[in-house]
Amino acid sequence: MKKLLSVLPLFGVVIGIHLLTSATDTMYYLTQMTMSAYYSLLIIGLCVLMGYAGQISLGHAGFFAIGGYLSAALTTNSLTSYQESTLVRMLDSMGMLLSGNNLYGEAFLVVTPWAACIIAVLTAALIAVIIGIPVLKLKGHYLAMATLGFGIIIYRVTLALEYFGEADGISEVPPFVLLPGLSVSGDFSARVQNYYIAWILLLLGMVLLLNLIDSRVGRALRGIHGSDEAAEAMGVNTSRFKLQTFVLSAVFAAIAGVFLTHYNGGIGPSEAGVMKSVRYVAIVAVGGMANLWGALLMGIVLNFLSMRGVFGSYDDAVFGLILILIMLFAPNGILSINIRYRLKQLFGRGQDEEEGGQR
Amino acid sequence: MALLEVYKLNKRFGGLLAVNDVSFQVNPGQIKAVIGPNGAGKTTLFNMISGTFPATSGSVVFQDWDLKGKKPFQVAERGMARTFQNIKMFSGMTALENVMVGRHVQSSAGFFSSMFRMPWTWKEERAIRDKAMEFLALLEIEEFANTDASSLAFGQQRAVELARALALEPQLLLLDEPAAGLNIYETAEVGRLITKIRDLGITVLLVEHDMSLVMDISDEIVVLCFGEKIAEDSPQNIQQDPEVIKIYLGED
Repeated sequence: MKKLLSVLPLFGVVIGIHLLTSATDTMYYLTQMTMSAYYSLLIIGLCVLMGYAGQISLGHAGFFAIGGYLSAALTTNSLTSYQESTLVRMLDSMGMLLSGNNLYGEAFLVVTPWAACIIAVLTAALIAVIIGIPVLKLKGHYLAMATLGFGIIIYRVTLALEYFGEADGISEVPPFVLLPGLSVSGDFSARVQNYYIAWILLLLGMVLLLNLIDSRVGRALRGIHGSDEAAEAMGVNTSRFKLQTFVLSAVFAAIAGVFLTHYNGGIGPSEAGVMKSVRYVAIVAVGGMANLWGALLMGIVLNFLSMRGVFGSYDDAVFGLILILIMLFAPNGILSINIRYRLKQLFGRGQDEEEGGQR
Repeated sequence: MALLEVYKLNKRFGGLLAVNDVSFQVNPGQIKAVIGPNGAGKTTLFNMISGTFPATSGSVVFQDWDLKGKKPFQVAERGMARTFQNIKMFSGMTALENVMVGRHVQSSAGFFSSMFRMPWTWKEERAIRDKAMEFLALLEIEEFANTDASSLAFGQQRAVELARALALEPQLLLLDEPAAGLNIYETAEVGRLITKIRDLGITVLLVEHDMSLVMDISDEIVVLCFGEKIAEDSPQNIQQDPEVIKIYLGED
């Protein structure tokens, strides 16, 4: 309940931004605000994994892509030629298929967005389990390398498979009708509606994660971050908790992928790119690692600026630079910055290593 | 009946036999100490008992339950808690939160019920907090409940670590050099706390360097030297034992 109240003022800000843009005739900002909200959903999930459970992942763009690509392919690629297969019939009998004729009068048969969303998210969770069991036995750099490898594999798969549209990606993804009259789509008239869908989803995710952090599970996770060995000695099944957190963050990433893909009406291989994963990690680091509010704030601000084209063609370079600067000057996040002290520490003669790079 | 039975335990690291055929028992309600010079294999022995790593051969039986192949968290669930030689605080958490982690095995909320704040978890959460406060009070550090644990003084961190281990409500408490890094006053204080813990009915097994502490509080002492047990007796007798004196004072 308390967590719900702490998020309410933010919802006020969300409404405020809407009113402000409508008053100043800059409603087009809402599009980027919507997209930022979806990316931030991934980022707060990653924040719990990195900042609280202390496990790095350089492969979260992969989970985002699994969610986005699967829901795009399932709702867009027609199954008409497989109509007679048992699997397709089974899906049909469960009411998970949608048939009709497209603009050119060709018959199509696709999976409904709701079913596709569930399949996509469950697949991401399953892959997270399969990847997580061996990979989470690794620590530090090794874990980073292994998850990076996973991210690269997903990227290459999206480029290689015809089913996923190869280098072109998938376009003309239909809207995701959540409820009658409420759908996730990039349709101009649905801009305001989608702005609120995205933000309510994000704030809901935020409440759930804030609850998690301040609970028996959250304390165990922070304990793992503090000392793996001591947490285990307290009876915490550390490998299971790490895996569950990994899966949870993968599910957040996949849901973000599903929604953003329907909103954009398509997805391309760049969403699975390694630089995307690096960007997410950078944003969590800027936010202060073990700081959900910081991750949320930075997720919104940096994604918004990036999508407004503020960083121009140096976009990826800017995020790389941000990562370097944060590691040098504010390993505990931008909200805890103390530049003068830090400069002295880095360039001065005094060897004071008390705070440096311990996280 | 023995609470813990260590039988012919061996640990080999490459060519080194760190623990060699060590057997002893810990009976309920006693304070038992393992002493020995540096490199005697005390910490290795401890790590095998707590399940941190497996023995090369031999067995550890805790409450009629063979520890073979068990993970540390399973050993903890079964009622054995431990502290560490170089204190392992959960940094970034308050003293109270540290002790609350100690209630882990006594509670059950999982990911789903925590995220959705299921009504039954409210009661559990309150119980965790109250119990944790009780253990802080028991170790006389409740005034530091909301202080960041890693910013406390060393002696206070020891107490928090003890409270955290006690919060498991263990049958057996393993203490790995509880007086390491403490001055004589703090050592005496820790000794008093350990006796207090024993009087609560919790069996204590400790590894310690500090002779004065061990002689003051232990009911029985095991002496290790180069991985082998060379004596096991009451403190009075150990002090008289010629072989123990030889190890500690050296041959002339």
